[in-house]
Amino acid sequence: MFDLRTDMALVKVHDLKMHFPIYTGVLRRHTGDVKAVDGVSFDIIEGETLGLVGESGCGKSTCGRAVLRLYDITSGSIVIDGDDISTMSQDDLRRKRPTMQMVFQDPQASLNPRMTVAGIIGEPLDEHTKLTKSEREARIYELMDQVGLNRDFANRYPHEFSGGQRQRIGIARALALNPKFIVCDEPIAALDVSIQAQVVNLLEDLQERLGLTYLFISHDLSMVRHIADRVAVMYLGKIVELASRDDLYSDPLHPYTKALLSAVPEPDPTLHDTAERVILTGDVPSPSNPPKGCNFCTRCPAVMDICHRVDPEFLTVRPGRQVACHHYSETKNTNVDQPVT
Amino acid sequence: MTDRTELDPASQYQAPRNQWLDVWDQFKKHRGALIGALIFLFIMLGVFAGPLIYWQDPQYVPTGREFLKLRDMRPIYAVIWDSGAKVDWAHPLGTDNIGRDALARMMSGGQVSITVGLAAMALSLVLGTAIGVLAGYFRRLDGPLMRFTDLFLALPLLPLLLVAVLLFREPLKAGFGIEGGVFILIVTLIGVTSWMQTARIVRGDVLALKEREFVIAARSIGAPSRRIVMRHILPNVLSPIMVSATLGIASAIITESALSFLGFGFPPDFPTWGRLLFDSVDRMTLYPERVIWPGLAISVTVLSVNYIGDGLRDALDPRIRGR
Repeated sequence: MFDLRTDMALVKVHDLKMHFPIYTGVLRRHTGDVKAVDGVSFDIIEGETLGLVGESGCGKSTCGRAVLRLYDITSGSIVIDGDDISTMSQDDLRRKRPTMQMVFQDPQASLNPRMTVAGIIGEPLDEHTKLTKSEREARIYELMDQVGLNRDFANRYPHEFSGGQRQRIGIARALALNPKFIVCDEPIAALDVSIQAQVVNLLEDLQERLGLTYLFISHDLSMVRHIADRVAVMYLGKIVELASRDDLYSDPLHPYTKALLSAVPEPDPTLHDTAERVILTGDVPSPSNPPKGCNFCTRCPAVMDICHRVDPEFLTVRPGRQVACHHYSETKNTNVDQPVT
Repeated sequence: MTDRTELDPASQYQAPRNQWLDVWDQFKKHRGALIGALIFLFIMLGVFAGPLIYWQDPQYVPTGREFLKLRDMRPIYAVIWDSGAKVDWAHPLGTDNIGRDALARMMSGGQVSITVGLAAMALSLVLGTAIGVLAGYFRRLDGPLMRFTDLFLALPLLPLLLVAVLLFREPLKAGFGIEGGVFILIVTLIGVTSWMQTARIVRGDVLALKEREFVIAARSIGAPSRRIVMRHILPNVLSPIMVSATLGIASAIITESALSFLGFGFPPDFPTWGRLLFDSVDRMTLYPERVIWPGLAISVTVLSVNYIGDGLRDALDPRIRGR
């Protein structure tokens, strides 16, 4: 029955689909969809960090944005803090926005070049609170302290900062309304390695102090291992494996996860040379025309007959571990010979 | 300095500053813009405050003996090369062929030309920006509004202007008086026939801007569309708007001149810079000053406005500020 964990979940995403229509021809007829996110389900428990990893183009960022309803989703349900926001009107959504915020990938592009730092951090306050001028100022300074920005920077413009500082401004803006849930959309991808550590540590610090819940989107597996409590692996719009961090890194189940983890650089030179690497061949299929059956069947090193015919279900194979692979499902034995409708 | 805690907390940090102060600081640094602003101010003062000091009636036409005495007077500086020139200190810039004072006509013509230029520019700017932003930001409006813009671009403007003047002059004259009616008519006509370039440029910029992450960030904060447009989109499309605004003043003054020249603008005895210019063209070789002064006034006004626009555009962009 119901897992205790699901009741504590702050964010519950069920069968989320985000399809972008393709119009072709003279008449601009609807001829297909780019299935950027195609049936994703996960829960995030209050106070934890869910890492979302996958190669570029697999729909991670779209998923993150869809969860916050920055797109009008195709179908599915998203429950955040008890309210289903998947069909909420923009007005109701606006009132819900303070609980959920986002940190963006490119700190340069996510800050308006014409606004000062104080203006950028103060914008959510203007939108949702009725603070007096001095209260607002005090709150802006408090936020700048929290993310480690010098208060003298309040009057400066984004172009005067380094990448790491800009990302801190972005984080301060996300924190302004005391959110419970923050989607971090590759917040460290555009930063230097030394700065990456600073920003990630800042995020962890803030989580500890403010009890935040993160959806941490990244393609950097080592960084996700550092920050996440649980990790979801995405491939071509679907989650293929969802497990706690230690389980996933020590014993990956899905062939794609295995391949992904074996690609992580190994600092030890002897281990590096002897490591068994799973090297995938071929390219990721187009999300507008995914293969029949399992999405990964075109590149899977352990592909079976059934994989080309039946899309594997996303099943709990062990407590707290969910995998979408025929190797771990009972359908392997029962459905093989039956024709698929 | 190292021990910050001993300082009075209030004095430690600069309070968030009004951004317009930064803009003004930068504007002051742009020498061309400052000179342009001074010259424009000087022209405005001369044109609007000048008649308070220089009491000549621009409409006064002398008759009889006085007419013969006053007509075709040369500007005062003509004595430098022609000691026999007909000059009088009472008419420093001379008079025209029916004895009206040239300086007084320049002043009263300038009032009309500058007002028409600014008003028509403002109208076309508001129209162009509004249509451009709506078309760029709201996908549903894009098709209809841009086809509407194409429609206006395809219209033959001069014949259209002439027909519109013929149609609407009389009712407007009845409502607002001869000058008021023609003023409204000309400003409206120039405004509604010159917004298309602005609209197209603004739309293009808005299309690029609205996919930028800071606009998505504003949406994730929950800002409604109108505030996203006002706070994030408009400030970032200011540069192209500024450029078309400054160019718009020039073309508005010139279009008004062309209309007046064709006899469809203000009445013939009502001076504007364009009118003065065109009236004097046929006797340009004998009396070059009658062309030079209005021409110079138009050029200097346009140039100074262009420089002001240039300086404003730089001052409004924080990335250029401080250079």
